[in-house]
Amino acid sequence: MLLIRCPYCEEERPELEFRHAGEAHIARSSEMTELSDDEFEKFFFVRQNPKGLIFERWRHIHGCGRFFNAARDTVTDKFHLTYKAGEPKPEITLMAPAEPAAWANREPSELNVDMPSKEGGR
Amino acid sequence: MTETFRMAGAGRLTPAKAVRFSFDGTSYQGVAGDTLASALLANGVHLVGRSFKYHRPRGFLSAGAEEPNALVGVHRDAARRTPNVRATVQEIYDGLSAVSQNRWPSLAYDIGEANDLGSPFFSAGFYYKTFMWPKAAWDKVYEPFIRRAAGLGVAPDEPDPDHYSSLYAHCDVLVLGGGAAGIATATAAAASGARVILCDEQAEFGGALRFETGARIDGKPGWDWAQASVANLKGRENVRVLTRTTAFGYYAQNLVGLVERVSDHLATPGDQPRERLWQVRAGKVVIATGAIERHMVFADNDRPGVMLASAARTYLNHYGVAVGRNVGIFTANDSAYAAAFDLKKAGVQIAAIVDLRDDPRGAVIEEARGLGIEVLTGHTVTKTGGRLRVSSIAVAPNAGGAARVIPVDALLMSSGWTPSVHLFSQSRGKVAFDDATQRFLPGQYAQDCVSIGACNGTDTLDAVIEEAYAAGENAVSGTKVLRPAATTSENWTGGMLGAAPGAGPDDTVKAFVDFQNDVTAKDLRQAVREGMRSIEHVKRFTTNGMATDQGKTSNMHGLAIAAETLGKPIPEVGLTTFRAPYTPVTFGAIVGHSRGSLFDPTRRTAMHGFAEKNGAVFEDVGQWKRAWYFPQAGEDMHQAVARETKNVRRSAGIFDASTLGKIEIVGPDAAQFMELLYTNPWAKLEPGRCRYGIMLREDGFIYDDGVVGRLADDRFHVTTTTGGAARVMNHMEDYLQTEFTHLKVYLTSISEQWAVIAVQGPKSREIIAPLVEGIDVSDAALPHMSVREGKICGVPTRLFRMSFTGERGFEINVPADYGEAVMEAVWAEARKHDACLYGTEAMHVLRAEKGYIIVGQETDGTVTPNDAGLDWAIGKKKTDFVGIRGLRRPDLVSGGRKQLVGLKTVDPNVVLEEGAQIVATPGQPMPMKMIGHVTSSYWSPNCGRSIALALVVDGRDKIGERLFVPMPDRVIEVEVTGTVFFEESGERLNG
Amino acid sequence: MTVSQATRRPILAGRQTTTPNATVTVAPPASRLSLRVPAGTVAAVSKALGIELPTRPKASASANGRHALWLGPDEWLVIDESGADLAGLLGSVADFHSAVDVSHRNVGFIVSGTGAAMTINAGCPQDLSLAAFPVGAVSRTILHKIEIVLYRTGEAEFRVECWRSFADYAFTFLSAAARDGSS
Repeated sequence: MLLIRCPYCEEERPELEFRHAGEAHIARSSEMTELSDDEFEKFFFVRQNPKGLIFERWRHIHGCGRFFNAARDTVTDKFHLTYKAGEPKPEITLMAPAEPAAWANREPSELNVDMPSKEGGR
Repeated sequence: MTETFRMAGAGRLTPAKAVRFSFDGTSYQGVAGDTLASALLANGVHLVGRSFKYHRPRGFLSAGAEEPNALVGVHRDAARRTPNVRATVQEIYDGLSAVSQNRWPSLAYDIGEANDLGSPFFSAGFYYKTFMWPKAAWDKVYEPFIRRAAGLGVAPDEPDPDHYSSLYAHCDVLVLGGGAAGIATATAAAASGARVILCDEQAEFGGALRFETGARIDGKPGWDWAQASVANLKGRENVRVLTRTTAFGYYAQNLVGLVERVSDHLATPGDQPRERLWQVRAGKVVIATGAIERHMVFADNDRPGVMLASAARTYLNHYGVAVGRNVGIFTANDSAYAAAFDLKKAGVQIAAIVDLRDDPRGAVIEEARGLGIEVLTGHTVTKTGGRLRVSSIAVAPNAGGAARVIPVDALLMSSGWTPSVHLFSQSRGKVAFDDATQRFLPGQYAQDCVSIGACNGTDTLDAVIEEAYAAGENAVSGTKVLRPAATTSENWTGGMLGAAPGAGPDDTVKAFVDFQNDVTAKDLRQAVREGMRSIEHVKRFTTNGMATDQGKTSNMHGLAIAAETLGKPIPEVGLTTFRAPYTPVTFGAIVGHSRGSLFDPTRRTAMHGFAEKNGAVFEDVGQWKRAWYFPQAGEDMHQAVARETKNVRRSAGIFDASTLGKIEIVGPDAAQFMELLYTNPWAKLEPGRCRYGIMLREDGFIYDDGVVGRLADDRFHVTTTTGGAARVMNHMEDYLQTEFTHLKVYLTSISEQWAVIAVQGPKSREIIAPLVEGIDVSDAALPHMSVREGKICGVPTRLFRMSFTGERGFEINVPADYGEAVMEAVWAEARKHDACLYGTEAMHVLRAEKGYIIVGQETDGTVTPNDAGLDWAIGKKKTDFVGIRGLRRPDLVSGGRKQLVGLKTVDPNVVLEEGAQIVATPGQPMPMKMIGHVTSSYWSPNCGRSIALALVVDGRDKIGERLFVPMPDRVIEVEVTGTVFFEESGERLNG
Repeated sequence: MTVSQATRRPILAGRQTTTPNATVTVAPPASRLSLRVPAGTVAAVSKALGIELPTRPKASASANGRHALWLGPDEWLVIDESGADLAGLLGSVADFHSAVDVSHRNVGFIVSGTGAAMTINAGCPQDLSLAAFPVGAVSRTILHKIEIVLYRTGEAEFRVECWRSFADYAFTFLSAAARDGSS
C-alpha cells in the first residue's frame, strides 16, 4: 500500500483513503455544444496512457474529500508530486527514469521540479 | 516410548515439564519448549515423510524455517487440519496430533516408492514432454493423474473455525530477525527513545546463538546475553518485541508484512486469534535475517538421519537431543567441526569428519584430531547406505579411488552459509555477487533499509555487534551507545557451491539439490543440455527452488550447477527473483477479520426491525437488506406479490424507501448547479415543487435518475437510486470541485439522515392525514410532485407528494432514529384503510405496469434519454449540461438504436425471461440476428397478464408488430407495445 | 385527534464491549451539523456557534461538550453532546455557507483504554501514535471496510463516528478488535 501526499491535508496518507479519477488537465469546455466531433472525441475518449510520467487526478475520498492532481510514474508507481486542483501543470524536466522510485519515495525537493508561477500555464 | 536420545544435562529445556503428543497415531513424550522435530528426535524418530515426486523416505534436514522435508499435518480436530506444517517450527503441546504426508498405506511401506525405481520416467521437464498428446487425453487421463499424484498434504474440508486478527502498526525502526545482530541493533535504536519493533520467527530470541556455544557477548555466553538484552527491551515502553512472528513480505515505502502465530503452540488457544497479520510502516527497516546453512550435494543425501550440521547443534545445545549415537560429518568448511566437538563433548561418538578440502588448516582441525576424531581431508562422501534411516556412508578420495564404508546413524553436513537476502531482494534492492566469498550480498538499496550481520556477509561476531549498533544508532539519533565486547571461537566462512565429487556429470546418482521438489544435480544439468540458458528457465523446467521452501537451501547449489554446465560464471547466469511470502502464509491470516458478518457491511434501514416483525423476506440490494415481500400464512412469493400489487391499487400500501440516496444541495447557485448536472430545467421550479431528474455522463448516456424537491430558492433535496447514491455524490463533487468552481454551492449526503416511508395508493392521503401537522395534504394544496416541511407524529418531516406506482402517493422523510416509530404509527392508520405492507418485488411490478424505468435495469450505461423514451425530460432551451454534447454524437442521433418498448406475449400467461434476446423472425439459421433484449418482465396482477419492457432496435417504429423470443425449448411470440400497461391516462396520480 | 409523539430509537443504544485492553461504548445521541463554510465566512460562523472553527488539517476545537472537527479545507463536523439546535444558531449568518443537520446520519462510539489505539489500528491504516495523532486530532479515514471520522479525545480515548447503517459493522469490528488486542 502506497502513501500518497494529500496537498490539502498536507501529509502522506495511506492509499486506502484515496481513489483514482483519471487523467488530469483535460478541461471541459464552457462551450460544449460548439465542439466538433473530433474535438469531443479528444476530450472524452482519447487518453495518453503513457509508459512513464502521467498527470492524473485523485480524490482523497475517505479523507478531506478533495480532488487533486498528481504526477506519477506508471512504471514505478512513484508519485513525483501532488498538487491542488486548479494549480497549473508543473514542468517536470528530470525524472530519473531508471530508479525504482516508488520504492525509494524520494522527496519532491530532490527532483528537478520547476513549478511555474500560477499566472503561467492554465 | 521414552526419550532415549534426550541427553542429561544438555540443552535449555526443563525435563520436568513433560508434554505428550502423537505422531501417526503413536504416543510420545516430549518436553515443554520442544518443536515437533526435537521431540521426535528425542524419541529416535527420523523418518517423518515421503518426498514429493519419488516418495523417498525423508527426515529432518534443518532445525528451522528453511526445512524442506519434514512437512507434516497437524490435526486439532476435524476442521483444524493444517497440512504442510514444518515439524522444525511447530512447537508441541499436550495432545498435539501430527501425521505424516504423501504416503500410502504407511510411512514405512509406501506404494509410491515405485516412482523412485521408475525415476528416469520422472526426469526434469517430464510433465512438459510426457503429456503432450493425444490432446483428448488431457482432461480424462493426464490431469486427473497429475492432480492425484501431485501436491503435499490434505486440506481440511470444513470451514476454518479459528479467527484471525490484523493490525496496522507504525514505528521508527523495524528490526527483522532477533539473532545477535537484531537484538544489538534494537538495543542501540531503543536507547534514543525511538519506536522500535523487533520480530523473530522463533519462539525465543537468539537466532544462531541457540547453537553457537562458542559465542561470548558482554562477558556472558551469547544465549544468556540475548535473553538478558531482550528482557531489557521488553521492559521499554517504546519497544515491541514479537516472537513467533515471520516477516514474509517487504513492500513499497517500507511497508513490511508480518505474521504472528499467536496460538498454534498452545494446547488450548481459548479466545485468542490463531494468527495476527501485521502491516508495519517503518521509518527505517533493519534486516538482520542471518544466513542459512547449505547441505552437501552427493548421492542419496536425502536419507533420514542426514542433516545440516547446525541443525544437529541446535537439537543438542538448545533442546538437549542427540541426533544419533555414532555420527559422521561431511563438510567443506570449518563451521561443521563445532558440531563434532559439541556432540563429542556430550558423549556422542564421531565416526569421522570427511572434509572435502584437500588441505584445510587451522585450530579446528587440530582440535578435532586432539579430541581423537578421525579427519579425512580431500575426501568426499560418495553415497549413503540404509533404507528408512542412514546406516553407513561410503567415503572416497576426491580424486577417485577405493571407497571405504563407515557405519553411522546420522550424517551432518555443511557446504557453507547462504546469506538470507530474501527480504532485501523483496525491497527491490539489487544483490551483488561477491567473488571472493562466492555469495550474493546486498548491493544497491532501493528503500530506506539496511542489512546487518550474516545476511550482509559480516562474518565475525565482533564485527556483527559493531555493525548492528552502528545501524541502530544511525537509524535514529546517531548518538553513540556503548557496545558490549563480543568474541567467538567459531568461523562461518568458506565452503563450496554445487555437487561434490562423486555426483559429477558422469555419475548417474541421485544427488539432491532441492529436497522438497525432488530436483537432483542431474536434472539441472539435463535442463541446460536441453537448451535452458537463463536460471529462470532452468528453475521452471526443473522446478528447482519452486516449492514452499522457495529454495532456501537449494538456490545457490542449483545456480552453481547450472553455471558450471553452461561454462559461465555465476553472476552471468543470474539469481532468480525472491518473492513474497518468505514462508507460506495461511489464507486465514490474509483474510483476517474479513469473514462472516465482517466480510462486507450489511446495511439495514431504521425500519428493518419493523419489517422483520411483520414477516418480511429480505433481498440483498448491494450492501442493503431490503424487504422483498411480506408473505402471509400459506403464501408463496408469487401469491404475496400478487396480493401486494393489487392491494396498493385497490386501497394503499406502505413501503420502506429509506435506501434511496439523498443529497442536500445548498447555496445561491444551487439551481444553476442542478441545471448543469441534470438534463432538466430547474431555474423555474418553484420552491415546494418536485421534478423527476435525469443525470447523464458526458457521453450522453443515462447515469442516474430520481425525484428532486426544491425546498427553498437555495436548497434542493435530491434523491438518487439506491445503488447510485455514492457514485452520484462523487460525480457531483467532481464537477463542483474541478469544473464548475465558480458556483456557490455545497453538497451534503443526507441518505442516512432521513428514513423514508412511502405511502402509495388511493387511500394514501387518508392514512397520513391524521398524523401530519402543519401541512395541508389536500390534492389542491399538495398536488402530485410537491414537497413540504412540517411535522408528522410530532417530529420533523420532509413530506413529498410523489409516486413510483402511478397512484396518489407520499414519501414521508423523518430523521432516521424516528423512522421505526413513525412507521408503526403510519401502519396503525393504514390498517384502518385496508392497506398492506409491500416490498421491493411489488414495487418493481407496480412501476413496470406504469412503464417507469429503473436505472441499471432498463439502462446499462449505453442508453440515452431518447432510447428510454425520456426526451421530454431534456430542457430543450438549455445551452449546457453534462452530456449535452455527447447526446449529439452521430451514433446517438442516427437511426437503428435500441429503444424502450413494451412487450406483450401473445399467450398472456407466458412470462418472458429477463435478458432474453429478441429476433424478428423465428427459424433463422444460427446465429440469429438479435434485435433486442428483455429488460424487465413480470406477471402483472393488475393487468391480469404478463408484461415486459425491452430494448428493441427502432422499437417505437415496431409498435403493433410481432417479434419472437427464442428459448432453448420453444419460441415465444410477442407483440410490441407502448411502455405503459396500466392506466395510460395517468389520472390516478392526481387522486 | 391526538397523535402520539414518535420517540427516538437510536441504533445500538447502550451497547458496550469491555475487554482488558479496551472498552467500546455506543455514544448517546447528539446533535450534529455538516458544515461547509468558505474562508471568508468562517469567523461569522465561529461566532454564531461559540466555537472557533479550526482551519489547520486534522485539527479540532472543543468547548462545553461542543466539538468542531476539521474534515476538509471548507468542511467541518460539529457535534454537540447536549443535543442543542445547532442549525438554529446559524440562522443569523447571512453569508453563503451550508449547514445541514446530520444528527441522525451518524452514530458515535467511544473507544477507550490502554488498547484503544490498537483496537482502531486493527482496521485503520493511519499512524495513531501521540506524535502523529495527538489528543484533539481528527480525520476522516477508513476502518477496515467502512469510512469513519476518527477524533482523539484523550491519550487513551477516541470517538469514532460512522453512518447509521454502518454502525452495526463498526461496533462488531471494534468489539472483535478489542478482544483480539495484542497484550
